[in-house]
Amino acid sequence: MLPFSFEWIWDPSHLVFHGGLWYALSIIGLGVTYCVIKAVYDITKGKGGQHH
Amino acid sequence: MDSALIPKGVKRCPIGQFLLWIGANGAVLSWGVFAMLLIYIKGLNQTNMNNAYGFALWIWADLAVIALGGGAFFTGFLRYIVGKDEIKNIINFAVLIGVICYTSALLILGFDVGQPLRGWYIFWHANVHSMLTEVAFCLSAYLIVLIIEYVPVVLENRQIDKVPFFHRLGHNMHEIMAVFAATGVFLSFFHQGSLGGVPGVLFGRPFGYREGVFIWPWTFFLFTWSAAAVGPCFTILITKLTEKITRKKLVKDNVIELLAKISGWMILFYITAKIADTVYWATVTAPSKGFTFMQFYTDNPGSLYGLWILILEIGICGVLPAFILITNKGRKNQATLLLAVFLAVLGVCLNRWVMVLQVLAIPVLSFESWATYLPSWQEIATTILPVAYGVIMISTSYRYLPIFPQEQELNPIDEPASEAQSAEPEPETTDAGPEPELSPAES
Amino acid sequence: MEKENAKKYGMVIDLDKCTGCGACMVACMAENNVPFREDETDKLLSVSWMRVYRLTNRKPFPDTEECFLPRPCQHCEGHHGHSPCVSVCPATATDYDMDTGIVSQIYPRCFGCRYCMAACPYHVRQFNWWDPIWPDGMERMLNPGVSVRMRGVVEKCSFCIQRYQAAKEQAYMEERREIEEDEYQTACTEACPAGAIIFGDLNNPEHAVHQIARPDPKHEGRSKNPRAFRLLERLGTNTKIYYLSSRDWVRKAGDNYLKDELKGKTHS
Repeated sequence: MLPFSFEWIWDPSHLVFHGGLWYALSIIGLGVTYCVIKAVYDITKGKGGQHH
Repeated sequence: MDSALIPKGVKRCPIGQFLLWIGANGAVLSWGVFAMLLIYIKGLNQTNMNNAYGFALWIWADLAVIALGGGAFFTGFLRYIVGKDEIKNIINFAVLIGVICYTSALLILGFDVGQPLRGWYIFWHANVHSMLTEVAFCLSAYLIVLIIEYVPVVLENRQIDKVPFFHRLGHNMHEIMAVFAATGVFLSFFHQGSLGGVPGVLFGRPFGYREGVFIWPWTFFLFTWSAAAVGPCFTILITKLTEKITRKKLVKDNVIELLAKISGWMILFYITAKIADTVYWATVTAPSKGFTFMQFYTDNPGSLYGLWILILEIGICGVLPAFILITNKGRKNQATLLLAVFLAVLGVCLNRWVMVLQVLAIPVLSFESWATYLPSWQEIATTILPVAYGVIMISTSYRYLPIFPQEQELNPIDEPASEAQSAEPEPETTDAGPEPELSPAES
Repeated sequence: MEKENAKKYGMVIDLDKCTGCGACMVACMAENNVPFREDETDKLLSVSWMRVYRLTNRKPFPDTEECFLPRPCQHCEGHHGHSPCVSVCPATATDYDMDTGIVSQIYPRCFGCRYCMAACPYHVRQFNWWDPIWPDGMERMLNPGVSVRMRGVVEKCSFCIQRYQAAKEQAYMEERREIEEDEYQTACTEACPAGAIIFGDLNNPEHAVHQIARPDPKHEGRSKNPRAFRLLERLGTNTKIYYLSSRDWVRKAGDNYLKDELKGKTHS
């Protein structure tokens, strides 16, 4: 699974697969993190809970 | 009793009635859970699978449920990437259906393996060349995206929304939803496709095998396309079913008709590609391996696989719904609309069945015979389990969350009791009564 | 992609000699700790690494002929080591070894998804639908060189890889690298009373299998022997089992042909 396991081989399909996978997971992770942090920041700035 | 949790401006049935409904579905669910426990404890001998039928009802159910859940990604694509505004009135429901479909698929996959405790091997000891690896990763990642798309709807529950943090969180997630939706489209393209790749790469099985482009057999693209095309039909079907059960109009006709029109054209292009692929495979690929096309559909006493299945899948459940949905008349007439979406859904289910079970039924060695298979009750119970779970999820979400933005507009509360929702009159204000700040017509 | 000294272990099975006695099946089960149940009537639930098929020419009496065909794992090479089953396993629980040509099955890695079973057209891969139960006392007869499998994993013929291991260890102790033809033979080969099964290194010109099968490296191992054929050659599985038969209908039964192909020239 990782470069230090014995069955690992550096070949193009690994790069494509892991590249795509980690790219997608990063976008998701960063997006959620941004939302949570911004929510905390908004609360501290006093934007509070508005009702629509 | 639970009126504080119910969204503002809508009516819901009394909690007793609701709990009865959940209880009935819960009984079916329990039957499925019992069967599931039997499988976990006793193993796959509880099924009617055998060495000829390594893949059977569950794999079909997985493929079908994921294809039908494709409405979530395609509707998200239409809303956030293409920018179709009307879609916002059905996107929440499409996402909910997606969550149900994908969690069901992962639930089934959990017990559809011989060694469930080793399930994590597919992630840790992944073989990047295998289509199933691709499926596992993209499916799991996409389920995360679906949950992220659904969380803001949950956060809009009346009580949860009161918490400032949750309110802000939901708001922020809505703001960048396009990013998640785009990632969802990317992931869906690949896992829907890889599910098509599962039979398509089997060069030892001429019925399933397809040539293709680069590492992707044509079934890769056909599966993605059919999921995108028919997913919205499933969304429409479930919406109509929900409207029937709740006895309320929940989505305006123009939204349904827009989705139906797009779906219709998608199905038309898909079925054209599918016919072209079938013709090429029947006249070039299969004969190059020594098989005539008719060999796959004849000479199989005791087996049901005949030409009828191809005609049903492509003709009645492909061409027909496409032609209904691309016409205005077809979309506006409720009967033909329902028929079309039902047939389209049936068509995709048939396609997944053919690409899994018929592949395995057909003998490849000239001295072997057709294999037959009928699911065991444990397999059936565990396949119905997600349906019961889905009903419970939809019922609970519908009751407590603002899933349908147009519900309030379409069902104004002070309308004379045309809704048969509350069976009894409302002397007390505790049960699903109207909100105090609305018109004083009640109690 | 083959290395200099890469071996390619394979078999020649002479169907003119096979009597269908089943000794190969029994020997295989004994050698490889193959599990069995009390009621083995449903053959689709049985584990049977080697399986003898009964073929007929489907003609009525007096022209009826039959032929017995032992079928172990074909150890397909495909194109450059891409066996149909190896490429699809999501957990790398099966591997094509470029040094021996053997398709291995790694039981502790397999989580039982059964994709490889769907991929294999020869049905050589079987699933442990139950946990193996050995009758009292029989566990003392199990071969210590072969791990016993558990419920929920796939198993198949391994060309008695434990015997290859044992031969390599013996050679190492005798300070040599190469093993002789008779030092590594599968259980089925040894058990066959008719001598219908021959096992060896297809790449080694001194081995009997090479001399009989005469694989053509320029045509993916296709045999130059007119009596020889491989099962489902047209699928491109590039198998290691070469069957011999002097009967044309038997050779034809090894693959699928369209009607007009059968009328034309015979295929090897």
